[in-house]
Amino acid sequence: MMLGMDDPWVAAAYILCVLSSLACVIYGALNWNKDGDTLAADDQTWDEDKFEEEF
Amino acid sequence: MDVSLLTLILVISYLIILGLLAYQGYRGTKTATDYLVAGRKIHPFVMAMSYGATFISTSAIVGFGGAAAMFGMGLLWLTFLNIFVGILIAFVFLGSRTRAMGHHLNAHTFPELLGKRYHSRFLQVFAGCVIILFMPLYTSVVSMGAAKVIEVHLQTRYEVALFFFVAIVALYVTMGGLKGVMYTDALQGGIMFVGMIILLILTYVKLGGFIDAHQQLTNLAPEAQKLFGGAGHRGWTAMPTFGSPFWWILVSSIIMGVGIGVLAQPQLAVRYMTVRSRRELNRAVLIGGIFILAMTGIAFVVGALSNVFFFDDPKYGKIAFLAADKSIGNIIPLFINEYMPTWLGSIIVVTLLAAAMSTVSSQFHAMGSAAGRDVYEACSGTAASNERSILATRIGIILTLLVSFALAYILPIYFEGTGTAIIARGTAIFFGLCAATFLPMYVGALYSKGITKAGAISGGLVGFLVSAFWLLFIHQKESEALQICNLLFDKPSLTAGIKHGFIIWSEVDPLFVAFPLAIVTTIVVSLFTKTFSKEHVDNCFASLR
Repeated sequence: MMLGMDDPWVAAAYILCVLSSLACVIYGALNWNKDGDTLAADDQTWDEDKFEEEF
Repeated sequence: MDVSLLTLILVISYLIILGLLAYQGYRGTKTATDYLVAGRKIHPFVMAMSYGATFISTSAIVGFGGAAAMFGMGLLWLTFLNIFVGILIAFVFLGSRTRAMGHHLNAHTFPELLGKRYHSRFLQVFAGCVIILFMPLYTSVVSMGAAKVIEVHLQTRYEVALFFFVAIVALYVTMGGLKGVMYTDALQGGIMFVGMIILLILTYVKLGGFIDAHQQLTNLAPEAQKLFGGAGHRGWTAMPTFGSPFWWILVSSIIMGVGIGVLAQPQLAVRYMTVRSRRELNRAVLIGGIFILAMTGIAFVVGALSNVFFFDDPKYGKIAFLAADKSIGNIIPLFINEYMPTWLGSIIVVTLLAAAMSTVSSQFHAMGSAAGRDVYEACSGTAASNERSILATRIGIILTLLVSFALAYILPIYFEGTGTAIIARGTAIFFGLCAATFLPMYVGALYSKGITKAGAISGGLVGFLVSAFWLLFIHQKESEALQICNLLFDKPSLTAGIKHGFIIWSEVDPLFVAFPLAIVTTIVVSLFTKTFSKEHVDNCFASLR
């Protein structure tokens, strides 16, 4: 019996919840400063008049 | 201090702070871009907390927590999907592209993004109509959860609680726009996080610790088998028997319906478009991963463990479902009222109010913007001025609010005491419908240059129509309640009693049929219809290079 649970499938879900949350923390920490301020670059491409007209 | 007085003081303090934040949002809202996508410059912490608080409502805590008291800890597979699919996959693979394409195409809403990407006003109006017509169901069950909590803790009548709840949310959404919604979401998310952590700690401490608590729940398995063994229940720390009615409800409707459906939620997708850059989304993954675990993980564990409390208490001496008079939506409020210290009960009331308000406010905003921006503006054929656009959205909010209020008033009359987890089911229906209707064209919009306008439209229509047919005539939980199948064919479901191998057709969720059909239709029709001009495709993908 794992973690006091009857079914290994339920114990697995319990563990996977914690692991997936940990994966989010690691991903966020590793990419904390990556890909900053791309809106300024987008502003230049904002095509907009032409596209609005087409749409 | 009297508990009602303490609760009242906490609720009033919370509402005052809420009002100040909503006013801050109102002051910062000058243009339609401010009102619809919060000026596209929201802080990553506010964005992550807003996404999480919108995603998690009283539906997750009261509705699905109650469902966990019924089905057990197998619901933790939904928590895993909420984190892995709803945060990690959603932000990394859909969020960054939605943000970039949404900014580049100057889209302010989810339907507008689809409409501009596929060069189709029909698609924008169709997606807007799906939101206006079906999101009120989701809004109403979340409001039901909040009104039930107020009813139990402040000893008011359900309809009075419902009216004040809906009126307060409507007031700050119509005034503050998405900025007001997201600022208040961040506060509400913080309150929810603290409240749920305290709830988890106290629950485990009262049951003698982590393993002991699970063991006591495992020992109750014969009680579950005695009552629901015929439907496949094997206890609260085991999955139901494979292929049984309980297995189909848990896996196909609750776990998969919501677990996959989150990817195509209009009120969540619009949040990707509120930040400046991909960096903010990366940071939001960290915050969101912790937040969702603390919300649904705790709600489902505590919901399942509530059975031990009720069963060991001489006052009840029975499992949670029976202790709450077979009303699944009442299990969590009753559990908190009976077994948590009075001061925590007051904090949890504010926590649940915050959870409901943060979700309902975003739903009203999504429905209002669908009515104003996606239907009114798109149908009138001209871009409205900022003032008219915001006014149309505000009128949309008021109209959809009235429908949601009426549904929240009527649904308990039909479903209470029937054993139907109506709050969880209403949520799962909307999530499943969104997945089948929007997800194939949404993923195609972001990742494929080959999906055609005809492919996107036909895939969306097939997903929507098959879902509707399945709900009306096949999936017995809904077809029986809606009565149309009974009137036309004199039976609750066209497939009542029909079983092939382990498949019980009347228990199979619409998502399992409609979603694959929508994907196949989108791809096949795209192979045989006219593709977009290179210029259009290059323009759409310009920001993704």
